[in-house]
Amino acid sequence: MSDGLGVSGLGTPGLIALFVSAILFTIGVIGVLLRRNAIIVFMCIELMLNAANISLVAFSRLHGIEGQIFVFFVMAVAAAEAAVGLAIIIAIFRHYEVVDLDRFRALKW
Amino acid sequence: MYDFLFQTFAATAILAAIIMVTRKNPVSSVIFLVVVFFATSGMFLMLDAHYIAAINLILYGGAIMVLFLFVIMLLNLGHADWSDLRGPLGGMFGGAIAIGFLGVLVRSLVGNTPATPSATPAGEALRAAAAEQGVIGVVARPLFGEYFMVLQVTGVLLLASIVGTILLARRSRG
Repeated sequence: MSDGLGVSGLGTPGLIALFVSAILFTIGVIGVLLRRNAIIVFMCIELMLNAANISLVAFSRLHGIEGQIFVFFVMAVAAAEAAVGLAIIIAIFRHYEVVDLDRFRALKW
Repeated sequence: MYDFLFQTFAATAILAAIIMVTRKNPVSSVIFLVVVFFATSGMFLMLDAHYIAAINLILYGGAIMVLFLFVIMLLNLGHADWSDLRGPLGGMFGGAIAIGFLGVLVRSLVGNTPATPSATPAGEALRAAAAEQGVIGVVARPLFGEYFMVLQVTGVLLLASIVGTILLARRSRG
């Protein structure tokens, strides 16, 4: 992995950034799996998107500007997703009066 | 100094993320998520991604987090009167999946000893271009050139999300 395309060309800060990215993503996964508050689950999804952004920026030091362009589009999609997701949470809250994910079982068997 | 500052940002991000996931109150979760975004913005800054650092602060730390706060206040959820953690079985299941996941991610990283300050051709060309065109120009040129069509489609996506949000949040007339 020393051909300039592996992680070894990143230097120490880039490698730390990749580790931080992995840890933040895992914390996000834990949050999504362990919490039932829909808003906190949604925030954990934002955390996972941010972790992916850190990886993209770290690799953009190695491969050129495309990584940062991808981060730009990820942020645009995240903004759209946050707006629609929060609107769905508000619509669900109007119906059930709670944001507890275990109470929404209309699509479960 | 650079390394110390970078490690401080990294540690802050991880610590704030752990605190964010464990808070009962959604409002404190939002506050600590903002801390995470500040710390990651610092990391972006130190990884030569100045424009990304700026829009990460403005878009994530500012706009999206305020949207979350608005929804929490609108639905009056800002008090921690119910524990929303899953039971022990769900906890064990989630923890096992998370540990496996972290194992896979870290396994792909360890064993690759970092070279001293990175000097790949692409990275050097990026730094030279940033010095010549400015930190905004180096992002803007491909964005409005090579990726122009993608930018247009993103605009359509944002329009669709606006329409969808209004449709979802509007009270039904029935």
